[in-house]
Parts: sequence; C-alpha cells; structure tokens
Amino acid sequence: MDVSQYLEIFIDETNGHLQNLSDCIMTLEKEPENMDTINEIFRAAHSLKGMAGTMGFKRMQHLTHDMENVFQEVRSGKMKVTSGLVDVLFQCLDALDVYLENVKNTSNEGTDDNAAIIQELNEILAAGSGQGKAPSKQEEKKEEAAKPKEQKDGFEEHFLQIDLSEKEKSSMKEAEEKGQHICGFTVYISEECLLKAARAFLVFKAVEDMGDILASNPSSQDIEDENFEYDFSFYISSEESLESLLEAAKTVSEISAVVGREVKLEDLETAQKEKEEKERNEAAEQEKANVPAAASAPGKDTAKLSVNNNNKKQNVSKPVSNRTVRVDIEKLDALMNQVSELIIAKNSLVSISSTDGGSTQSQSFHEQIEYLERITTSLHESVMKVRMVPIESVVQKFPRMIRDLSKKLDKKMELHMSGEDTELDRTVVDQIGDPLQHLLRNSADHGLESGEIRREKGKPEVGAIYLNAFQEGNNVIIEVSDDGAGINTERIKEKAIERGIITAEQGQAMSQKEIIDILFMPSFSMAKKITDISGRGVGLDVVKSNIEALGGDVEVESILGEGSKFTVRLPLTLAIIQALMVEIRDEKYAIPLGSIQTIEDISVDEVKYVQAEEVIHIRGSVIPLIRLDKLLDFTPEEEEPEDLTVVIVKKGEKFAGLIVDNLIGQQEIVIKSLGKYIDSTKLISGATILGDGEVALILDVNTLI
Amino acid sequence: MERDIIMNETKQYIVVKLGGEQYGIDISYVDNIVRMQKITRVPKVQPYFKGIINLRGEVVPVMSIRTKMGLSDDEFTDATRIIILKIEEQGSLGIIIDAVKEVVTLAKDEIDKVAYDAKDEKNNFINGIGKHGEELISLFDINCIIGEREAVL
Repeated sequence: MDVSQYLEIFIDETNGHLQNLSDCIMTLEKEPENMDTINEIFRAAHSLKGMAGTMGFKRMQHLTHDMENVFQEVRSGKMKVTSGLVDVLFQCLDALDVYLENVKNTSNEGTDDNAAIIQELNEILAAGSGQGKAPSKQEEKKEEAAKPKEQKDGFEEHFLQIDLSEKEKSSMKEAEEKGQHICGFTVYISEECLLKAARAFLVFKAVEDMGDILASNPSSQDIEDENFEYDFSFYISSEESLESLLEAAKTVSEISAVVGREVKLEDLETAQKEKEEKERNEAAEQEKANVPAAASAPGKDTAKLSVNNNNKKQNVSKPVSNRTVRVDIEKLDALMNQVSELIIAKNSLVSISSTDGGSTQSQSFHEQIEYLERITTSLHESVMKVRMVPIESVVQKFPRMIRDLSKKLDKKMELHMSGEDTELDRTVVDQIGDPLQHLLRNSADHGLESGEIRREKGKPEVGAIYLNAFQEGNNVIIEVSDDGAGINTERIKEKAIERGIITAEQGQAMSQKEIIDILFMPSFSMAKKITDISGRGVGLDVVKSNIEALGGDVEVESILGEGSKFTVRLPLTLAIIQALMVEIRDEKYAIPLGSIQTIEDISVDEVKYVQAEEVIHIRGSVIPLIRLDKLLDFTPEEEEPEDLTVVIVKKGEKFAGLIVDNLIGQQEIVIKSLGKYIDSTKLISGATILGDGEVALILDVNTLI
Repeated sequence: MERDIIMNETKQYIVVKLGGEQYGIDISYVDNIVRMQKITRVPKVQPYFKGIINLRGEVVPVMSIRTKMGLSDDEFTDATRIIILKIEEQGSLGIIIDAVKEVVTLAKDEIDKVAYDAKDEKNNFINGIGKHGEELISLFDINCIIGEREAVL
C-alpha cells in the first residue's frame, strides 16, 4: 500500500479547503465579528491539518496547526480579528498554496518551513491572548486533562482478542527467545478520519521501522481495503522499548488513541484460552475478562494513551455526500473522442443513404438513419454538458487578488462579479484563468486612477472593476471593465510613433479602434514605470494569443475618462460544432454556423467599391466582401458568374461577406487539429472528416474579418 | 549463429525508392504504410506540405519529401505510397515516396556515417549510408525530415 494513491484526493480536497479559507477570510475582513465565518475557518484549518498529517506533510501540518490555534483564541473571544491578523492569514494561505503546488509537482511538500509566518502567528497569538502563555501549552494541558477521561471512555486492548495462528505463535516464541519485546497495540482512529487505510498504513510504517509486525487484526489486506471500523490491533516484536513504539504510532495524526503494552506469549495463550472458553459460554462473560485486562493497563504505564491534539472533533462536520462523481478529465476526453468517431460514422451512413438512389432502400432504413442522427446529436450534447464546468472555479480567486492589489497599489477598489455560474468546456476553463487575471491586473493598475484624481474628477473614491460573464448563442462572453481613466489613444499614438511601430502619417489616418489594437501588439507596454503588477510588455499580446488559441477573441471599448471594457468571446464547445459546408471550386470548406448571420444571393452589379475594396450594401449596412478563392490561392476563374453567393459572417459588431461557389448544407462536424507540423495558417482553424471519408478544412471566421 | 552475435547491434530499415536512389527509414518510426489517396490541400502552408489525409478517422499531414529535398515534383503512380511516421509528442506525419522496396536489417558496421556537409543540401537529410549486399542505401535522419529546414535550390 502506498499513500500516493490518496494524493489526488488530498490535492483536490486541500484545494477546496484553501478556497474556502480564502473566501472566509475575505468575509472576515469585512465582518470581523462574524461567528459563523470564524467557525468555518477553524473547521477548514482543522481539516487541512488532519489531511496534511495523514499524508505526512509535516510542514503543512505545523502551519495549519498554528492557524488553528489562533482561531481557537478568536473563537473563544479572547482575541479580536485585526487587519494585521488578516494579512498574516493570507500569507499563510499563500504558503499553503506553495506547499500544495509542490505536492502537485513533486509529491513532496518542499523544504520551506515558513518559520517567519509561524513566528508572526505566534506573536499575534501571544499578544492577542494577553496572557503571554503559548496556547499550544494550554491545549496540551487540555489534552492531559482529557486523557484520563478518555481512557475511561473505553479504548480497550482489543489486541488481546487477536486469534493467533500456530505460525504466528511460533514466530512470537522465536522473537521472545531472541530477547525481543513483544508488544500488543490497539490503535483507535478518530471517527472523522476520511482515509482510515492511509492512517493505518502510516502507523504500520512508523512502527515497522523499529520491529516486525507479527500479527494484525483485521488482516493487512482488510486494513488496506478499509475493511475495519475505527480501531485495529497488532503485535510487534522489537528491540525498542514500548514507549518509543507508542511514541512512533502516535505521531500519525487523526489517531484518537493508541493502547499498548508488553505481552508474554504465555499471557496471550491464556487470554486466548480464556476467550475460547468464553466463546463457549455466554457473550456476557467476555466483557468480564476484558475489563481487568484493560484496567491493568494504566497501572503499568500511565503514558499509554494518547489523544490526538485535536480533541474538538465535534466541530468537524462529515463531508456531505452529494450526488456527484469525480471523473478524470482524460476519461472524458476519451469519451468525447469516441462520440466524435460515432458522429463521423453516422455522417457516412447519412451520406450513403442520401446518395444511393433509394431504390434498394426501404423507408425504414431512412427512418432509422434519422433516429440514429437524433441519438448521436443528443449523445454529443450530453457529453458536452458533462464536460462543462462553471467558470466559478477560475474567478473565485479574483476577489482575493484584487484585495491584494488594492493594498499594494494603495488604491481603493472593489471587484463586482456576475455570472460566475456560466458554464464552459473544462479545457477552456482551465486556460482562461491567466488571461482574465491579466486583464483584471491591467484594470487595477492602469485603468483605475488614484484616489485623489478620482475625487477631483467627482468619481466615487472606491474604484469599481466588473467581471461579467454570460452566454450568447454559441459563445460565452466574459467582460472585464472598470470605471477608470479609459485608454488615452493620443498617448498610445505618441508612444507607438516614438517606438517606430507606426509613422506619424499612419498615426494620423488611424481610427480609435486601430490605435487601441496597438495595445495588443507584442512588447508594447504603456506603463511609465515597470511595477511587479504589470508593465513589462508581456501583457496584452499574450492575453490575445492565449484567447485566440482557445478559438476565441478579445475586443476593447474605451471612453476616455469613463473607463474601458475588454470583451473576451469564447466558443462554448471545442470539439464538435454545427457548420455550413460550402464549395469553392472543387474543394469543400466548413464555416462554423455560429458565426454565420445570413446567406445572400447578389448579382455582380451590386458590388460597389469603397477605397478600392469590394463592398455590398445590404439592408442599410455596408459589408466588405472577401473573395475566398483569391484568399485560398485558387487560380481565378476566367469568367465571373452573374450571381454571387455570399455568406455573411459576423464577429462581434463587425460583418464580412464571404463569396463561395456553392452551398452544400448544414452538418455536424468534428473538429480535428492539423497537427504540429503544419505552420498553423491563420485562415484555417482545423479540419474535419466528412461522411465520405474526405477531409475538409474549417475556415476561421474570426481571422477573416 | 553469426546473426545472433550481431543481433543487438542491428536496426531494421524500410527501403524506399525516391527518384533513382534508395533510402532507408528506421522502422521504429514507421507506424503504417498506406496507398496514395486523396490529399486535401491546405492553403498558405509550407510548400512541401501537400495537405492532409484521413487515416482511419485521424487527420494526418502529408509532406512531399521530394519537394523538401529539392528534387523534382512527385509523380503519382500505382507504386506511390505514403509512409506514416509516428513521432512521440508531435504525432503522426505522412511522407510520400515513389515505392516501397523491402525491409533490411543493417548491423552497425554496415553503416557508414556521413560527415555533415553544408554545401550538399540533399545530404542534410541523411545521417548514414547503409551497405546491403551490393547496394547502397541512404539512411534518412528522421529529425531532419520532420524539422523545419528546407533544401534551398
């Protein structure tokens, strides 16, 4: 057995607890008296400590232990929550985050003791409790006091009941002859313990270093399978003294008690005989025999019982079992791939049924094909839904980040979030965190003015940053906006000219929008001084390329003096989409249906020219035309047809008309990547396999416009 | 018996024809050999990429080794094959060759290393010459083939 199999659970749960702690501490900062929050923090810290202990992460355990101590004081009303305390608590969280990150990467917590933080915690504790007494001592005292009581609660020496086989007896005899001590132990695991087997394993591991385990009850297999209640017993032969064995067993956390004493084989045999006798008699008598055995224990060794330093188990709530299943994302990916294959197979059946004339096919064949089509579509939808997660998991860390930034930048600001429950594909959610974080930092650092300037301008002193997410058709929109100074396009222009990115003449001709787009160019930073928050010029271009890699795009609107808004648009799904299949000469291309506005038939006469670009004028709007054949390197046709088929596509507020030769129809397509060898051409976002096995390319509408 | 002794020093190569010459491809990189099929052109990519094919539901890019090495254009015949190379990390890649001849086993001492010669562009894709009986086989350096470098004519 190995602890590593619990590592994933540990990481998952620790993440949850850390997030919970962070949320609570944020609340606590605003409402220092909130008893529920204080209790919640205490519970979370306590669970963290327990889990870290189980996994053998001593440093994590130590840190959370001290956090717990502080909250013990706060909870009992001896201490007040101050902003200094909150700061230290956030430092603790960061330190724990680092530990967790280390655990994730190396299965090890690392070597940083974070002594400074622990020191600070203890100082606060000492100052806060006002008694100059280290509370850990208090706690120890409590433990001491609890011990005799707990002992009476009946941690019995269950090891006496182990049925020893002849073989086990002979090995005991051997050990005895060698002069080793034989000790019996019964270990009681605390009832809230989630990973009983892991704890048992750690106990075994601890004592095995000092001797050999001769027998255990339940069997080691059962222990491994967690096939036991809250206690297990074993015999060990060792050169070491009983005390050191007990000590070793006790170092494992979430053990409520370890009972043990040295035994002699003959005693055991007597005990066993007695037991057998009792079994023959009534069960009531069994109790009688055990009581004296248990009673004799304290007389021999007073330190036999130990209570795990968390004797407040009543506070720990058992995790509420909910109706969810954790699934590895790889399994979902595999499922998704299989659904993709199914859709490709379905598409080929559809194409056979539609091209095969129909003479040989019965009506029911067509019906079944349609049925199959419906099933695969809903199957696909279900799988997609399973993969969808709310963006909450990403955005929930932002309030904390803004709080820190607020302190660091010495600007008052508040983050208003809405639409955290908007769902996105898991892979998108995983990768959207960094770009969003960057945009928020950007708003906090560059967007919002300092308090004085805000007052002068008659704005509320506390700056507002908004993060707003919602679904729009097949896209999810995430807006990051602020009520700050807005983007000063004149300054960008100056800077760009100064850096030689554009010439002065170009600058004159540029629209507001084009100037703002300069911000997204690599290595263009507007910050006058480089702060550690932003300003190194590795900013917005990275945001843009990250979002584009996910098939989305980002736009900016800004009003000088009133604020700016970054709009991130992301596709709802990544793998399977509805698309319009079109033909250009003899090649087939797919255009994602989500970006298609309308399809128009126009005659050549309607094509007008604006600044030497072809446009059409439809229902009041002027739409630029894109000749796909030219764009995709086809040889131009000798004779231009009278009528043009134009697919009008849109991206945000912008439109473009794509001229195609022929429309084939709407189809569900599975997006496949072109692989890493081909230089990703901006025009093509991927490929798909059609019903007849042919490969068609998918046009990336966002880059066309 | 002699074979057994040198067994641990040998490598198997697929011998293919390209123009008048014979080339060897390390068999451990070869995933599959398929017949010529319809290649979907991808616009605006490196000129030596002919396009993509559907290989049992997977999209695989296909490259013309002739174009990359600066030889004359491919002529597709019945013997033309696409060799699918499988390289860890980067996935599959198809290369078009004129014909597949045989599989040979070459011992280490049957392979002559070629010195790198910047002037001879064609040799940049070769990391050894194998001697098999009377014949000479140029052994492809797979990493150079999949790499970005292209013959300049």
